[in-house]
Amino acid sequence: MSALRLTGLILACVAALFAACLLGSTPLGIDRVAAALFGVGPPGDQLVVVQIRLPRAMTAFAVGAALGASGAALQGLLRNPLAEPGVLGVSAVSSLGATGALYYGYAALSAWAMPAAAILGALAGTSLIALAALRTASTVTLILIGVGLSSFAGAAMNLMMNLAPNPFSLVDMVNWMLGTVANRSFLDLAFSAPFLAAGLGVLFAARRGLSALTLGEEAASGVGLNLRRQRLLIVLGAGLATGGAVALAGVIGFVGIVAPHIVRPMVDHDPARSLLPSALLAGLILVLADIGVRLAPTVNELKLGIVAALIGAPAFIWIAMQRRSVHD
Amino acid sequence: MTEQSSMTASQTGPSTGVIGLEARNLTVAAGEATLIEAASFSLQAGELVALLGPNGAGKTSLLRGAIGLTPPAEGWARIDGEDTVGMTPRRRARRLAYLPQNRPLAWPNPVRDVVALGRFSHGAALGRLRGADRRAVERALAACDLDRLARRSTATLSGGELARVHCARAFAAEAPLLIADEPTAELDPYHQFRVMELIRSFVDRGGGALVVLHDVVLARRYADRFLWMKGGRIVADGTPAATLSAARLAEVYGVRGRVEGARVEIEGPL
Repeated sequence: MSALRLTGLILACVAALFAACLLGSTPLGIDRVAAALFGVGPPGDQLVVVQIRLPRAMTAFAVGAALGASGAALQGLLRNPLAEPGVLGVSAVSSLGATGALYYGYAALSAWAMPAAAILGALAGTSLIALAALRTASTVTLILIGVGLSSFAGAAMNLMMNLAPNPFSLVDMVNWMLGTVANRSFLDLAFSAPFLAAGLGVLFAARRGLSALTLGEEAASGVGLNLRRQRLLIVLGAGLATGGAVALAGVIGFVGIVAPHIVRPMVDHDPARSLLPSALLAGLILVLADIGVRLAPTVNELKLGIVAALIGAPAFIWIAMQRRSVHD
Repeated sequence: MTEQSSMTASQTGPSTGVIGLEARNLTVAAGEATLIEAASFSLQAGELVALLGPNGAGKTSLLRGAIGLTPPAEGWARIDGEDTVGMTPRRRARRLAYLPQNRPLAWPNPVRDVVALGRFSHGAALGRLRGADRRAVERALAACDLDRLARRSTATLSGGELARVHCARAFAAEAPLLIADEPTAELDPYHQFRVMELIRSFVDRGGGALVVLHDVVLARRYADRFLWMKGGRIVADGTPAATLSAARLAEVYGVRGRVEGARVEIEGPL
């Protein structure tokens, strides 16, 4: 991707984050929002902008970036444009972990319980998919395993809702499964940030090996790639980043497919070079989608995860239909 | 860096014994089945060795065992005196380029990028090629007559053009040794010659190549030495003149053939 395009993408992200701070029930002009962001202006403005709107927008961006980078990395590892934490069932298993933490009350005991459970779930899901990928080269098989994982996690979560001790924990769990960034604080962000940062760091450090995997596993090993290490790093990185994202926002699907799909032709289809722009673009998409959620004139606020799926699922179907059968 | 100096550079290191690839009593097993039984052979600089044998003779298993992709059950294989089992992929790739039988390309990358992946073991990153990496890629593209196609997407290439891309990828590594598993499969006669000419010129520049071939006529034309396999064993190893005969064709392939000097003719099944 040219430096110009990358710069444009970064500027668009900054602009979208700023625009997200403009919106809300208290009407604030550009000048007052800008002043509040720089820490000047009335305390009321600062409270609204810095404590409420900015953390929500940044959460949307962080979740998008984690899912975009995880999607791009998993696509490179599995050599498949349809791979993504949501489609492969990783998000669902991660969400099962988070829901379990809620159900059993661990989430009330420690603020770390929820991120930790989500990440354990994500790592378990990613490892299962990576193990399956060792046995089969078929895209269809992997996605079917993802469907199975999602169904199982969904059923287990439904079971917990079925047995939910009280309506409050039921609402908590439903919110998690639908996916939202509403009412997130910088504290929430801070608890997930280490996992997100570690996951993204591992993915970026291991990105060069994804280029080599273009040749297939055997030839990639032939040109000098340590396959086992590469698989481990991508599974670990995607698991940490996805788990961090799910802990923050619940399940938000498809953004990890859509963003890399748009980016890929601009980086000569190199998975390594697609990582950073995919992360930025997915972050941008979620910030914009969340603005849309807040603008939509509905009685109950729409959930970001639902909107993402409403846009992303048709895109997934479209991408799948473009693929020729020879790729399987 | 010139081609010669890069080759000597990659041969330095803790090496003892034979320069090149050497396998002794290599036995490769998969579960209960023994795929390769006590195979011994060597590959040195300046020779083009053809590995011949019927389907299922164990040619690919022998190659994989020799370069450490499948750890052997018994015996050993060494590159420049260093055991291939336990050698890091990066270290191995610097000394030996490997073209496997299956050469799927996951993405429609430009030709130059696929060739540049040959420089992976040298630390090259796509889109940011510098110095020696860049020059090696340019040389490999030129050697395989791919300059004009360098920017083309590999998804738009013909089978013959793709075969040249894979050769260029292997040459770009500038490793002293090359192992190619059926590099001429599914190619028309012209491109079979083209690919063998490319490998021959690699050998003439001082490389050593071990090539799995199914076409005995092609092998006779280009190879310096024949390695014959059947049923997981190496049944003969020597110059074409010494090892290629009508009896050998019958024994190894079960075909009736005629061998007169450098002329080979396969007439039909036995």
